[in-house]
Amino acid sequence: MKSAPFTYHDPGTVDEAIALLGQHEDAKLLAGGQSLMPMLNMRFVVPDHVVDLNGVAGLAGITDTGDALEIGAMTRQRDLMRDAAVGAKAPIIPEALEFVGHFQTRNRGTIGGSLCHLDPAAEQPCLMAVYDAVLTVQGPDGTREVPFAEWPLAYMIPSIGPDELLTKVRVPNWAAGHGYGFAEFARRHGDFAIVSAAALLEVSGGTISRAAIAIGGADVRPIRLEEAEAALVGQAANAESFKAAGEMARKIDAISDAYVSSAYRQRLAATMVERALAKAGSRAGGSA
Amino acid sequence: MGVRYIGAEVQRMEDPRLITGHGRYVDDITMQGMLHAAFLRASQAHAKIRSIDTSRAAALPGVHRVFTLADFAPEYQKPMNQLYPAPVIEQNKTQYPLAKDEVCYVGEAVAVVVADSRAIAEDALALIDVDYETLPAVVNIMTALEDGAPLAHADTSSNLMGRMRSKFGDIDDAFAKADHVFSADFMQHRGGCHSMETRGVIARDDPWGEGLSLWTSAQSPYLIRRALATWLGEPEERVRVVAPDVGGGFGPKAGFYPEEIVIPLVARALGRPVKWIEDRREHFVATTTQRDQHWHLEVACTSEGKMLGLRGTVTHENGAYIPYGILLPNSSLMPLPGAYSIPAVDVGVDIVFTNTVPNSPVRGAGRPCGIYAVERMVQTVSRELGIPPEEVRRRNYVRPDQMPYKTGATLRGGAPLVYDSGDYEALLDKALDLADFAAFKERQAAARKEGRYLGIGISSCIEDTGMGPYEGTTVRVESSGKVAVRTGAASQGQGHHTMIAMIVAENLGVSPEDILFESADTGKFPHGVGTIGSRVAANVGPSAFDASTKVREKALRLAAEVLEASEADLDIENGVVRVNGAPDLSVTLGELAVKLSPASALRVPEGFDPLLEATSYDGSSGSPIACGSNVAEVEVDPGTGEVRVLRYSVAHDCGVMINPMIVHGQIVGGVIHGIGNALFERMIYDDQGQPLTTNYGEYLLPLASEMPRVDVTHMETPSPLNSLGVKGAGEGGTIPAAPAVVAAIENALEEFNVVIDYYPVDPQYLCELIDKGAAQAAE
Amino acid sequence: MADTRDIEVTVNGQRHSATVETRTSLGDFLRQGLGMTGTHMGCEHGVCGACTVLLDGEAVRSCLMLAVQANGHEVTTIEGLADADGTLSPLQKAFWENYGLQCGFCTPGMLTSLTAFLKENPDPSEREVREAISGNICRCTGYQGIVDAALSAAKTMREV
Repeated sequence: MKSAPFTYHDPGTVDEAIALLGQHEDAKLLAGGQSLMPMLNMRFVVPDHVVDLNGVAGLAGITDTGDALEIGAMTRQRDLMRDAAVGAKAPIIPEALEFVGHFQTRNRGTIGGSLCHLDPAAEQPCLMAVYDAVLTVQGPDGTREVPFAEWPLAYMIPSIGPDELLTKVRVPNWAAGHGYGFAEFARRHGDFAIVSAAALLEVSGGTISRAAIAIGGADVRPIRLEEAEAALVGQAANAESFKAAGEMARKIDAISDAYVSSAYRQRLAATMVERALAKAGSRAGGSA
Repeated sequence: MGVRYIGAEVQRMEDPRLITGHGRYVDDITMQGMLHAAFLRASQAHAKIRSIDTSRAAALPGVHRVFTLADFAPEYQKPMNQLYPAPVIEQNKTQYPLAKDEVCYVGEAVAVVVADSRAIAEDALALIDVDYETLPAVVNIMTALEDGAPLAHADTSSNLMGRMRSKFGDIDDAFAKADHVFSADFMQHRGGCHSMETRGVIARDDPWGEGLSLWTSAQSPYLIRRALATWLGEPEERVRVVAPDVGGGFGPKAGFYPEEIVIPLVARALGRPVKWIEDRREHFVATTTQRDQHWHLEVACTSEGKMLGLRGTVTHENGAYIPYGILLPNSSLMPLPGAYSIPAVDVGVDIVFTNTVPNSPVRGAGRPCGIYAVERMVQTVSRELGIPPEEVRRRNYVRPDQMPYKTGATLRGGAPLVYDSGDYEALLDKALDLADFAAFKERQAAARKEGRYLGIGISSCIEDTGMGPYEGTTVRVESSGKVAVRTGAASQGQGHHTMIAMIVAENLGVSPEDILFESADTGKFPHGVGTIGSRVAANVGPSAFDASTKVREKALRLAAEVLEASEADLDIENGVVRVNGAPDLSVTLGELAVKLSPASALRVPEGFDPLLEATSYDGSSGSPIACGSNVAEVEVDPGTGEVRVLRYSVAHDCGVMINPMIVHGQIVGGVIHGIGNALFERMIYDDQGQPLTTNYGEYLLPLASEMPRVDVTHMETPSPLNSLGVKGAGEGGTIPAAPAVVAAIENALEEFNVVIDYYPVDPQYLCELIDKGAAQAAE
Repeated sequence: MADTRDIEVTVNGQRHSATVETRTSLGDFLRQGLGMTGTHMGCEHGVCGACTVLLDGEAVRSCLMLAVQANGHEVTTIEGLADADGTLSPLQKAFWENYGLQCGFCTPGMLTSLTAFLKENPDPSEREVREAISGNICRCTGYQGIVDAALSAAKTMREV
């Protein structure tokens, strides 16, 4: 299990990286490497060129702009988990990242790498879905912004060209004191979720005023449970409402594979949505 | 007598090397001029090979040669030996070291590249062109014997490898007089070994010097030496096989593999040492695993739950070839009827070929399956008659006053299986105490109020350990006073060095630190058998004890002459023989060793053989029977089907414990392996014979985060079958684990009438059973 | 021609200059390039954790990094955990005392991972230790001795 040979490039700037992508046809970007390296070792991926982003200046870091967190694509998962602004403004992020692999892989793994790899069962795409995050992509012709809803084109295929680079994501801040909850079912700690759910709630006087629910792992891309979100608004933040939202999740389209049936994924979606909402409700402090 | 070590928790002698990164595993060994090999493996489960073109691969810079079977000398273009011939093998299929013209499982070795580095060898694999003609594959054991089923081998007429049966007692009478007959059907699936170190081989051939040498990550180097020498048609004496540090074995490393023929042949052909290290993906497809068994069993019993007879049929998956004879089906039937005195048994097994990796024992071999089957029937009787499961067990155990108890079954060598000692009911009581079984119903009720589902499950087992014939030891005091101890038994982490050093040190009156231990090198000890079947303590233990006793006696006899004292007044402490009451009169063991190995022209003392040395092959006169009762307490999440083992209690009896710390580690590790079997480990093939779970994201090994703490208590009923009173402990944790966990899950989900007929129990399946039960209850 | 780079890496306090093929993993470089075979390759796809080393003090999979990426960095392997005079680290000592290993193959990854973990979490609960090593597979011990060793080492280190 040794990688096939490739030509290695370590650009120092985003422009250099984009230029390299333009010059070389079969090039792969190497971010944290926690998904690409296994695929190289197994020769599932045999690129002629590997462009290492770890030396590119300015791609990592977290900025709170007041209305959003701007997170550089090369920001490592461990840094997101340790960051005070993320903990204060988007506490669901560190909560969900606890489920991402293991601390040794989070020391290398990056948010941008995960979003470009786009495993539908991964936690970070699910988080971006619940936030309607906006991704910034840079190419030879400049930058463009992609709302997360438009990011996955198909199973594990993001909306990014061969000479483009994901540079950052913008995660809109929710009101201070909002409720949040992340729940997932994986067979073992650190495994990819079979189904995960992320929930954000704003509650005032025990009544839900804003809700967002995303489900990972059930379909070929993370999905939003818009019907349930709409139904929750105006409802009491209580177990009954959350159970009803879970039942709506049971009706989603779900994939089946050699290990897991679509019916089981739907069943898990119901459980996980209910549990994520229950957590969110209890944290919003507005539950009746 | 000097310092007592036997029975003490002596810290392991192995560890200082291993915790500082100084172990020597096969892949850590390098040699001058060494080349690296990689295997091209079949990508199809069943196919004819029309042609193989290696020319592009051979032309790659850095590649030394590419071999197919046709590149070997004609006398080597033959299948591997059957290591365990048996009359019940109706179709004897062993594989060619490299495929000839047919491949019968994904992973079968087809060609080998030898190159300057492993990476280059792998580059070359992609350049080999194999033209396959796909043949239908058989994967499902339940349909493999039907008319018209695809055949695993093109030149056979059926997938039946053979049939065997365990039959004793008057089975017809048992069923005729029974108040009740209950039946159960269930599948059992056990995965692979997944030792953290994969397999690996280095071969070096020096025809004018040391001969052919092999370093291999193996449990039975002597078996490999004999098999390889026999296959090559060369004397065993010219083949040396060494198992250096081995990173876990668990059964599949006890065999003889194609790579252990191919690597020596290519090393010889190239005149260079060649290393092959199995990578993890190869491990999934080329290292033997255990896989599927289907059981249909009937139990005859009285209204009081006394079991009278067991009968039924088993379908056992053999995989594509027969690397281990019938060892696995045999060891599945042999433990019947477990810890219970059931007078009549009649269970037959059909052994079927499939186009999957050949099957082999994994920790416990067939014993976990046989015990699972018996315990399933105990649970069935309990459920059907409404008698608590612990009570059914009490009513059926073999009692101490029945010992020695012949079940009627026979061991592999043909001897009757005899339970030598133990108190099974007392063990159950200890396990129940440890598990706080008495208060479980309160715990369960309290949890239920919070919407949580707790369950408890029991299982009891026996285990035939310490199979013969022997595992010898040589003990020799050298001039420095250090004691060289050599044995054939290979260690894969069990702590043999420590265990044997403790026995020798105590017996000989030296410090364990003064023991120089070497094992598993056919060049250093003449013969050994293998580290399998929980047999080392009950075989090497007695031989180490006996050899060191002989050395002690010889040392005392000579010291009596040297010190002009009576032997009865002498004692050995810390390597020094002293006269009791005359502390300044002494001689060291090293000085005595020098007297017995004098320089030229000097004489060995009269009446003595040279060397302060002895060899013994003392072992056990039969199979000591270890036993245990386990209690698993689980929580099932009905929202997801997830099962958490909250608490796990073991009462075990492996006779006298040489080092309780080592025994504890064996039991705990074994239990976790068994829980992995019960809940996680599943090797999945699709219906074309393609393995689907070939990485550690898909094949789920138990992790620390899901596994419980295991509480262990012991009884020490000395075995009468060997000088130390020991029984084996290596598999006693694994054997009873799955039935305890499965019974606990059923107990937790009693209100849904869940009866489990398959393990590993995956959460999706459990949710289906829960939903079915809930729907039935609602009707 | 193979794509190579010259790198400088400090391993266990000692600087090494080497020319590496760029496709070579850090783990393979440590083992084959530097002959430091204490780091073990168990799965080469980032799950078993046996190959874990410390990169600038943080635990990482050495099978999931290229050797060339370690250029200019400091790596600590199992060979570097004891003091220069051979004194075992409290964690190594605890592994020995608590029977934290059997075959020893997962041990390098367990020791490096827990060394990093305990530095950040000096007083962990059993659950936290179990989650910390959930990325390190051990087939022998059932993890219990390892967990006990970690808790015991943490206690020792707190008392120093």
